[in-house]
Amino acid sequence: MHDMTLTELARALEAGEFTSRQLTESLLARVERLDGDLNSFISVTAEQALAAADAADAARGRGEAGPLTGLPLALKDIFCTQDVRTSCGSKMLDNFVAPYDAHVVEKLKTAGTVSLGKTNMDEFAMGSSNENSYYGPVKNPWDLSAVPGGSSGGSAAAVAAGLVPAALGTDTGGSIRQPAAFCGITGLKPTYGRVSRYGMVAYASSLDQAGPMARTAEDCALLLSAIAGHDLRDSTSVARGVPDYRAELGASLSGLKIGLPKEYFGDGLDPAVESAIREAVKVYESLGATVQEVSLPHTHHAIPAYYVIAPAEASSNLSRYDGVRFGHRCDAPKDLEDLYKRSRAEGFGDEVKRRILIGTHTLSEGFFDAYYKKAQQVRRLIRQDFMDAFEQVDVLMGPSTPTPAFDLGANKDPVSMYLQDIYTIAINLAGIPGISVPAGAVNGRPVGLQILGPHFAESQLLNVAHQFQQVTDWHQQRPAFGKENA
Amino acid sequence: MMQWETVIGLEVHVQLATRSKIFSGASTAFGAEPNSQACAVDLGLPGVLPVLNESAVAMAVQFGLGIDAEIPEVSIFDRKNYFYPDLPKGYQTSQMYHPIVGPGEVEITLDDGETKRIRVHHAHLEEDAGKSLHEDFHGMTGVDLNRAGTPLLEIVSEPDMRSAKEAAAYLKAIHSIVTYLGISDGNMAEGSMRCDVNVSVRPKGQEAFGTRAEIKNVNSFRFVERAIAFEVERQVELLEDGGKVVQETRLYDPDADETRSMRTKEEANDYRYFPCPDLLPVVLDDAYVDHLRTSLPELPAEKRARFQGELGLSAYDAGVLSATRAMADFFEGVKDVCGDAKLAANWVQGEFAGRLNKEGLEIASSPVSATQLGELVARVKDETINGKAAKQVFAALWDGEGDSADAIIEARGLKQVTDTGAIEAMIDQVIADSPVQIAQYRDAEPDKRGKMIGYFVGQVMKASRGTANPQQVNGLLKEKLDALC
Repeated sequence: MHDMTLTELARALEAGEFTSRQLTESLLARVERLDGDLNSFISVTAEQALAAADAADAARGRGEAGPLTGLPLALKDIFCTQDVRTSCGSKMLDNFVAPYDAHVVEKLKTAGTVSLGKTNMDEFAMGSSNENSYYGPVKNPWDLSAVPGGSSGGSAAAVAAGLVPAALGTDTGGSIRQPAAFCGITGLKPTYGRVSRYGMVAYASSLDQAGPMARTAEDCALLLSAIAGHDLRDSTSVARGVPDYRAELGASLSGLKIGLPKEYFGDGLDPAVESAIREAVKVYESLGATVQEVSLPHTHHAIPAYYVIAPAEASSNLSRYDGVRFGHRCDAPKDLEDLYKRSRAEGFGDEVKRRILIGTHTLSEGFFDAYYKKAQQVRRLIRQDFMDAFEQVDVLMGPSTPTPAFDLGANKDPVSMYLQDIYTIAINLAGIPGISVPAGAVNGRPVGLQILGPHFAESQLLNVAHQFQQVTDWHQQRPAFGKENA
Repeated sequence: MMQWETVIGLEVHVQLATRSKIFSGASTAFGAEPNSQACAVDLGLPGVLPVLNESAVAMAVQFGLGIDAEIPEVSIFDRKNYFYPDLPKGYQTSQMYHPIVGPGEVEITLDDGETKRIRVHHAHLEEDAGKSLHEDFHGMTGVDLNRAGTPLLEIVSEPDMRSAKEAAAYLKAIHSIVTYLGISDGNMAEGSMRCDVNVSVRPKGQEAFGTRAEIKNVNSFRFVERAIAFEVERQVELLEDGGKVVQETRLYDPDADETRSMRTKEEANDYRYFPCPDLLPVVLDDAYVDHLRTSLPELPAEKRARFQGELGLSAYDAGVLSATRAMADFFEGVKDVCGDAKLAANWVQGEFAGRLNKEGLEIASSPVSATQLGELVARVKDETINGKAAKQVFAALWDGEGDSADAIIEARGLKQVTDTGAIEAMIDQVIADSPVQIAQYRDAEPDKRGKMIGYFVGQVMKASRGTANPQQVNGLLKEKLDALC
């Protein structure tokens, strides 16, 4: 069961091959057996999962099952869940239980899905390796000495290891696509505004976006239809109809115009990754697509602009963790200032503190124009690059990451870690959607192909990914880790 | 001796009368149990997001239109970052760079009837913070977040005021505009209106401004005047002693009647303003603004002009009666029922306002309605009763002795006697009963007699229990007394 896709599981549940309870019990047992090595979950909610599975089976018995009824999944621990701890990977929120469900959690519950628990992540979604979690690093199931990527590393590893068929992640600078690439799964960052952010712990509000992580593009389509849509509680969510993304899969790619941004194939790209990507592009050519080189001239400004804007927003978003109302509070504070200083010093990890400091600095009087304002100008130029490219081509393709998953502890220097997101970060600044699809492997570590489209082109992106998965089997490969007879 | 000029600018915070908060659905009602009106958004829980309350926007625009201000097409919310326990998110959502209301003007009227225009630099929307409660917690501090997220309109004037009186008049004008518009209850005791006062002094004739002090959170018209008076004296004394005014924030203590330093500029926060990424820019199209413009009620300045021009009231009366919407509405109610603006004006400002004042009541809680007073004034106008009786009727109405003036007049038999025969009979009786006074009257020089007639008028009025028509009594008395001489 654990090797099946969401789509296959839905069919099996519908056919009565097994119940949601049987499926849930089997996956919970797998989590129990394997997650000690992976550390992909922060909280496993077995009791609630079994209750939800029973409710789903009952609904099916009454003939009230929908397309997602009884399907198990996991939630990145950044989504608020009523009565279940939402830690955001931080000591600061180790004791925090939200009194409400995030919008997407509410939608997934209503759709009858079964959440097995909350997955591990870089603290406050700040990181590219999942090594910044208060709950310890997550291992990559393809190679336990490698990182799973971050910040949605727990979700990616859990899906790759067959602990859950799908999970929700969030992506602020690549946090869905990079771990999806490292773990050999499919992950979609939707257009900014496509999915409500209500109840998602904020890192950088103008960049954060939730999205599905699963084994196939088809499964991502299924999940996206369930979580997307306008939410009056999020002013930045867009009032725009939500198609049945799965029903829109199937169009031929004949005549599809693919652009390869030359900036995504330059220095720093692992040649083995490059050749895997070029092979994948050939597959598209064989499907009738045409390929041309395009340029995104401001690409090299993306990381600096991101590391001004995201920390600036984060420094403000994370001010609420002050030890006054919820979250970590230091012991016996002497006075108010001591309460603030020690609660925050003890509650936040190094990377979070680093970004709060960067953000506080760039917003300070005398620096605001040179940093924040300038970064916003750069952001507009980066967005314009993409708009110009989409005048010429339908989609852009390139590597999701410059290298396959690196070893745990390999990137000690923050800047070299930041450079991991070189191909993913501009997409968040532009607000466009992007998907990472398994497209090869280097020394047993997966390689991800990133496909980018214009705003709200999710249907097209999912179909372009889906057609690739109809003629390749990278997405069907499973790590040796956790094989039943291994 | 150096002559000093005072320069004052005001930042007035007006709590808007929306039912729910500016970014959440929680109630804004005053006086509830602490923290009973704070939802997840107001508490700043992880993951919550603000949603702008449209009625706060409408009210802000109405204010802008009320002061003839520019209404920019786009306004933007910014975050003002600082730590304080009653500020749950660690930032206040405000509008720093692109406020919802642009430059406008407010006309103030001074005691001598002179008017002056005070420029408004801009007005912006923001959320209020909660309240820190220092009493009752034994060395600890409690936080009540009921007020957190209450919509405020901060109205920032230019430094156009030159005296404490002007500042108070400006504050009153703002109060009157916002209550006329119905966008705030203007209740200063409950904190619905408070202001920060920027005060500086400079040698008369000097163009450059002096260094200013900002007095925070002054919450009554009287305190504004007193705080400024104290501050001006302090600054002048300091300068004349060769000292320097430092730019700082001060607090007015009404009990000690003085201002005290809170923090200097060096200690001031760097608020690190930046556009709030959770809120979209507010874009107002012409149709929206025009719709609000056409539904704008008559404002104090227009009302004052109409009271003078159309109703023929004096400038003073028009000013007093248009000072608050409640007063103006009451006056117009009385006038519409009695049909005489001048009489209505006299009664509303005289007997009615006097009694309210004496009892310490607001118009809203007056036991006498505008209709009731209007009916009473109508009986004065048609001479059913005379002025003296009317005062009795008013007192009876106030005390709830009857539902209408007519009922009280009837019950008390106060109907004015205009029957000449009846009045003559009363006069004859008074003359017969007052031989001593008659003799004095007869002996007096003719030009002194005018004053002495008052005694006889009083006696006749008394005999009629106040119901005789005073003019008739006067005329007939004069004839009869003259006949005796």
